Amino acid sequence: MAKQIEQLDRVVIRFAGDSGDGMQLTGDRFTQETASFGNDLSTLPNFPAEIRAPAGTLPGVSSFQLHFADHDIVTPGDAPDVLVAMNPAALKANLGDLPRGATIIVNTDEFTKRSLAKVGYTADPLTDGSLDGYKVSAVGLTSMTVAALADSDLSKKDAQRAKNMFALGLLSWMYNRPTEGTISFLKSKFAGKPDILSANLTAFQAGWNFGETTEDFAVSYEIKPARLSAGTYRNITGNLATAYGLIAGSRQSGLPLFLGSYPITPASDILHELSRHKRFGVRTFQAEDEIAGVGAALGASFGGSLGVTTTSGPGMVLKQETVGLAVMTELPLVIIDVQRAGPSTGMPTKTEQTDLLMALYGRNGESPLPVVAPASPSDCFDVALEATRLAVKYRTPVVMLSDGYLANGSEPWRLPEVSELPVIEPDFATEPNGPDGSYLPYLRDERTLARPWAVPGTPGLEHRLGGIEKHAQSGDISYTPGNHDLMVRTRQAKIDAIAQDLPELEVSDPSGEARVLVLGWGGTYGSITAAVRRVRRAGGRVAQAHLRHLNPFPVNLGEVLRSYDRVVVPEINLGQLALLLRGRFLVDVIGYNKVRGLPFKAEELAGVLQEVIDRD
Amino acid sequence: MTDNPSGNTSREGELAGLRLVPKTDTTYKMKDFKSDQEVRWCPGCGDYAILAAFQSFLPQLGVPRENIVMVSGIGCSSRFPYYLSTYGVHSIHGRAPAIATGLAASRPDLSVWVITGDGDGLSIGGNHLIHALRRNVNVNILLFNNRIYGLTKGQYSPTSEPGKITKSSPLGSLDQPFNPVSLALGAEAGFVARTVDSDRKHLTSVLRAAADHPGASFVEIYQNCPIFNDDAFEPLKDPSSRDLRLLRMEQGEPLRLGPDRGVIAGEFGGLEVVDVDEVGEDRLIRHDAHREDPGYAFALSRLDRPAFEHVPVGVFRDVRRPTYDDLLNEQIEDARAERGDGELAALLAGGDTWTVE
Repeated sequence: MAKQIEQLDRVVIRFAGDSGDGMQLTGDRFTQETASFGNDLSTLPNFPAEIRAPAGTLPGVSSFQLHFADHDIVTPGDAPDVLVAMNPAALKANLGDLPRGATIIVNTDEFTKRSLAKVGYTADPLTDGSLDGYKVSAVGLTSMTVAALADSDLSKKDAQRAKNMFALGLLSWMYNRPTEGTISFLKSKFAGKPDILSANLTAFQAGWNFGETTEDFAVSYEIKPARLSAGTYRNITGNLATAYGLIAGSRQSGLPLFLGSYPITPASDILHELSRHKRFGVRTFQAEDEIAGVGAALGASFGGSLGVTTTSGPGMVLKQETVGLAVMTELPLVIIDVQRAGPSTGMPTKTEQTDLLMALYGRNGESPLPVVAPASPSDCFDVALEATRLAVKYRTPVVMLSDGYLANGSEPWRLPEVSELPVIEPDFATEPNGPDGSYLPYLRDERTLARPWAVPGTPGLEHRLGGIEKHAQSGDISYTPGNHDLMVRTRQAKIDAIAQDLPELEVSDPSGEARVLVLGWGGTYGSITAAVRRVRRAGGRVAQAHLRHLNPFPVNLGEVLRSYDRVVVPEINLGQLALLLRGRFLVDVIGYNKVRGLPFKAEELAGVLQEVIDRD
Repeated sequence: MTDNPSGNTSREGELAGLRLVPKTDTTYKMKDFKSDQEVRWCPGCGDYAILAAFQSFLPQLGVPRENIVMVSGIGCSSRFPYYLSTYGVHSIHGRAPAIATGLAASRPDLSVWVITGDGDGLSIGGNHLIHALRRNVNVNILLFNNRIYGLTKGQYSPTSEPGKITKSSPLGSLDQPFNPVSLALGAEAGFVARTVDSDRKHLTSVLRAAADHPGASFVEIYQNCPIFNDDAFEPLKDPSSRDLRLLRMEQGEPLRLGPDRGVIAGEFGGLEVVDVDEVGEDRLIRHDAHREDPGYAFALSRLDRPAFEHVPVGVFRDVRRPTYDDLLNEQIEDARAERGDGELAALLAGGDTWTVE
């Protein structure tokens, strides 16, 4: 009997299980199926820092949330409509996020007395009535997987490991996902292990068949493809987009890419990705520490490479000394800081926006540099390319502030036309620029204030750079008071003048009558945009703007701020941009700040915006 | 010529460490390597002698001036790059090996020299030093060892002798010092040597051997600080005693110390200094810096105790293996040879894609 198919416009699914249950892989595969089907989507992986936390415990729960829709969406969703809980810990850890009426698919095989006791359940929530407000589907995921693999030679333990594929098959049926991608993915992943491949394929198919035949699931759902603008799309995470943006920056500037890096969560994937692209002339150097990573990158920049270093907060702290040298020597350097919850080690796998002031001011002396921040996973491509452009054109270190949410989250990305990417001109110095054939390494371009960049191997332009204050033109060591004052101001003026080279800040205000502006930066773009849509749907008027450039600011920022009665600045910190705006523009912005290691919820932000709109 | 696993071959008179650096027909003189900067070390500083020796040595490299880069950290010795007319970076405290690594790994056509000191290289920058050595990046690291902190005005350093009275150790330093040569050998360095600031001929020969070595070479240079640690190496310089105390290592020659003493194999893999008359000339060890096993070179490095009784100078170890920069660049060449140069549009479209009309 053909089952009923119900149309939905959007769904939020969260897969949750033990760290060893393969939830990230399951979520990733479901995402790829959804992407190739043509839905708009946004994802939020959430996992512990421990590689294998003790099985069945709350700290060991790993989850992957996916929001997909038949229309344009911007966040991974506030609350799941569907929770797949592979064990009692996964249920307990995630239940609080579910609205009443949500669907819960639980793996009943793991609901043993021992597993329940491990997370503090004194009674079985599947039978004690505590889940009465939800639609619970109790499925023996493990036992059915083992049964499906009864004919294989695998041990029971190995057979059980395929249960995530059974769950993926079931969900794929429920939401009418195309399965070819997952099948070919498994074939390639387990190419050398025919037993494991066969087990995974069988479990995946068995999950699908179970959905189709069991009476437990009467309905399946369809979410039509989203009407995105024309083009070729792929699904992409922020870290992958960052790596691609850096390769594009190398190609567009003609500078070989040199990455000096030290592994750190959540930035390591950029190192992993770039190390695969030797064909692009990319040199990756896994250094002995964060300091050597950025040091080697700066050394490569001195030699005419595009020097890049990638890190997260604790590593950024260590790099600042070398970043200061890059400020002083005025060499191009791209620093990617994938922010995570701090201070100190903090929460390595959780997101935060708390490195803004460190990026701007965390060095000794007056040490200005441009700071840019991507707004979404795919925007990491454009912003990494922009960081490269600024670094090379202005001979300066540039910090790009990504974050853990952007790094691991994903969304569809419309591929850019390579021919339309900006061309970056390194414009190396090749001729003497001073009297009597001398070379003055700090004789600046009058317009950009950038100094010439002469690389070793260029005859006649031999010169010495260093961290000591230098004469305004010759670059020779200088302790003259007036010269130092001039150099401090010149370095600042060079960075300030970059504002002339940036687009003005755009404000979205469809009504044209908003009196409240919400201004964000970086990874909160999705949450803020979703909140603004909610407010507007309910008849509220709110203007929205989002900063890509944190230093220098767009030239019209002050004017924009002063055009509204109130300005709300949501940040996943305690008000770092707000502090800058108040100090710079004397505008009493209203901060909204939460530091939970998670993105803002759109509903909550919408409430905040509405409350400010209603003030009078 | 030694066994050469990296396959480097050098032409007659050419230095193997400069294999990928362009050659020049220009005949440089010492003055061609002097910069216009006034040298500002204290009068009598050993750095003057090293600078003069280095400037007169550089023409021997036979490479264009613009292909030579000096990278230093912070400290008295680290002012070195300013006084040479080559490219140079006076960087940050201890980080010169890291900066030089990125430069050398991305520019095999450069001759890269790191100038550091006992504080810069062994204290704040110890980590970078050992990793640069084990990786075998093609850089020459010259460590000026004056056994004191000069630029910060006279605190004990990681090579100061225990009990040293300084401004920061009024009751005597409690630290066990590093032996820089032992440390470098422990860090898998392929080339390790020691020389003395005041012996220009020896210094120059060691510099040349270091430049000839493809990969990381480490040279400890005993250097006098006349202000804060004057005459620290006097027993090795005093004409009346130096020949009895300096163990000049020459490849293939017996290890002799003055007219009467020599070095033989001791217990447990160690070496012993003995009277030659007592053991006979035949038992003296003939120096071989090319031994793969660093144990012998390490045993040599331990002969410097008791202090200044017998101090080996010359090349402890000169063993070739593939360099980091060669291997890194080979990976790129191999990837390109196998699958062609990367194409950006194809990379971006490399995942599962779909098209919206």
